[in-house]
Amino acid sequence: MVTQTVEQFGIPEKVQIKSKLSFEDRAFRGLAKSAGIGTFVILVLIGLFLLIESVPAFRSQGLHFLTNTVWQPTGKHPKFGVASALTGSLLIAVIALIVAIPVSLACALFINEFAPAKLMSFIPFKNFLTAAVDLMAAVPSIIYGMWGFFVLQPHMTGFEKWLSDYLGGFGVFKNTTGIYTSSFLIAGTIVGIMCMPIITSLCREVFSLTPNGEREGVMSLGASRARIIRDVVFPFAKGGVIGAIMLGLGRALGEAIAVAIIISLSFPITFHVAQAGGNSIAALIAIQWGSGGSLGTSALLAAGLVLFIITLLINMVASRIVNASKLGAR
Amino acid sequence: MAETIEQLEQEEACLEADAESEAPEQIKINRIRPREFKPSDVAVLLLTLASSFSILWIVFSQLTLLNGALGFVVLWIPLFLGLYWFVNRQLFTRQVAIDRLISSVVTLGAGIMMLPLVLLTIFVFERGLPLLSWHALTSTQQGVTFTGKHTNLGGVEHAIVGTLEQVAIAAVIGIPAAILTAIFINEVGGRFTKSVRVIVTAMSGTPAIVAGVFIYSIWVTRFSYSGFAGSLALAVILLPTVTRGTEEVLKIVHNDLREASIALAAPQWRTVWSVVLPTARSGLITSTMLGIAVSIGETAPLIMTIFGNQVMNANPFSGPQMALSLLAYKQIKLPIQSQIDLGYTAALVLFIMVFAVFVLARLFGSGRRSSGARRSLLSFVRWTPGSSLEDEAADQGGVEGLQKSLEKEELDQ
Repeated sequence: MVTQTVEQFGIPEKVQIKSKLSFEDRAFRGLAKSAGIGTFVILVLIGLFLLIESVPAFRSQGLHFLTNTVWQPTGKHPKFGVASALTGSLLIAVIALIVAIPVSLACALFINEFAPAKLMSFIPFKNFLTAAVDLMAAVPSIIYGMWGFFVLQPHMTGFEKWLSDYLGGFGVFKNTTGIYTSSFLIAGTIVGIMCMPIITSLCREVFSLTPNGEREGVMSLGASRARIIRDVVFPFAKGGVIGAIMLGLGRALGEAIAVAIIISLSFPITFHVAQAGGNSIAALIAIQWGSGGSLGTSALLAAGLVLFIITLLINMVASRIVNASKLGAR
Repeated sequence: MAETIEQLEQEEACLEADAESEAPEQIKINRIRPREFKPSDVAVLLLTLASSFSILWIVFSQLTLLNGALGFVVLWIPLFLGLYWFVNRQLFTRQVAIDRLISSVVTLGAGIMMLPLVLLTIFVFERGLPLLSWHALTSTQQGVTFTGKHTNLGGVEHAIVGTLEQVAIAAVIGIPAAILTAIFINEVGGRFTKSVRVIVTAMSGTPAIVAGVFIYSIWVTRFSYSGFAGSLALAVILLPTVTRGTEEVLKIVHNDLREASIALAAPQWRTVWSVVLPTARSGLITSTMLGIAVSIGETAPLIMTIFGNQVMNANPFSGPQMALSLLAYKQIKLPIQSQIDLGYTAALVLFIMVFAVFVLARLFGSGRRSSGARRSLLSFVRWTPGSSLEDEAADQGGVEGLQKSLEKEELDQ
């Protein structure tokens, strides 16, 4: 009987099972593999070509490129460096994180712990909030910059004046020029607003991985929501939150257009955040592009290389922390 | 000794008496739930808001003589929170006070988060909408004059064409590469999987302007400024973003499906092509659309790749082109109001384009995400894991269908 059915279907009795990949499969795997290796190649090429093109700049200035606080790539004795741009980038990123971290954490907690799934039983409130956060991440930086320049700046100057009048003694808020526009504080605030959606969505993801068993256990002991957040959600999400903040930092360091619109370039190193004038690597490249001849372009590419290396290091560490925390939560 | 024992007994008796007298009251008082929110609590909240407002108003405008609404709000928030905590601490227990404080902080945070989005949208439409006209959409900046009898304020047509071409080419280059990379990480695997994943994550955080200077150094220095150079820069930005999104989606695809396909002797490319990718279809569309939405708005990398152009250049492969974001960036730096207005028009068109792509991505993706994997699978392969009774009919047809198509292929060979 059995042999009959086998014959019926015309299947040979001895079926050889091969584990060898067919030609198509090998081609497919090769294609996917080459795409994977392609990303690696792109990363290497970015570093390599920026290095090659910035050789004239480094040859001209040597390591003073990292310490000079002027930008004169033209003329007989060109002198330029990214010292003030580096400190400026860091200053903007720090202000941005001070603005972004509390708001992002609060918003992520609100979406995860407090927001009702449905508002008035028909508005999908939670999904709506998540979509709004995603949309904020997709809004072009040029629009953030324009809004910051035309709307936020006039409102910020009064606050800056107040800061420099009453807290100017600390040094950071001192204003020696009497001009409050185009300052680090305004640029940092805008960059902070731009970082919020990234930090929020990452934190939300990490918060949602909190194990339900622990959460319910603490709830059954009569804990309030504040206690749940403090004793269950935060301990589990600590690593992920730190990683999210570092990714936000990388983003803040690299923001060019919004900063370029708001800040007015000045090259001496300054920590006076509430007065006009500042600098950042990305904004420097965006503003100075096309001026300064071939040496100037080479100098800007060298600045781009510095930015690339810094953000790459920060992002690698951050992604490692996030992944470790996600695995730990699971 | 006897005295002390007596004393102790007396104290115990006292304590017991206390406990007895307090016991019924305690039950009444302790019925406070930290999450309860009665009308009286609403009143407390409103009164605290009002009192913190008035205190700050006196300090702010009467004592320090200061204007600026933003500073007022910035100082109002901590003052309100402090006061609210204090009031609840006085009225209820410490626990209630802390819980209410945290709740209001978190709710405020979400509100502050949404505020810029609302204000941005209002800003873009308020400034851009009055300037939007057929003329503005269908003319370029060629022959712009703002003095004399015939004023021609120019339009954004060349920028719209540029943006569409650049993003389309970037998508054609970037998205297949990104999906292949995600397939490599998730489906094919191998020695480099882990390092490729780390690199993709690191690249997705690389500033956009670095992509711009990279394409300048590798492409523009050898050829020239062109729309295609801009597309390359956008593709470099698109690649890691879409790869990460796709990888997340592929991860969700049930392993049973892959195993079932392999059990039917389907080769791996066939498994990926007709089982994994169709299952992840809605998620794939969402992640690619989100990547496109972000790349439409990029400005920084275009400065050093497409350079900008005042006249129409529909050929992306030769000569400088314009893009909406770059036009807005260049225009708002100009000192003439009518030219800044052109920047507003460009920003509005850009915003609408990004929003449209974003909404499309959402429509394809979320909402159906829970059942989306199943539904799209049913329409393509008609096979579900752990099939229930209702699915059985479709189930059988599906497996048979796949089997038949595989047999047919063998016959063809």
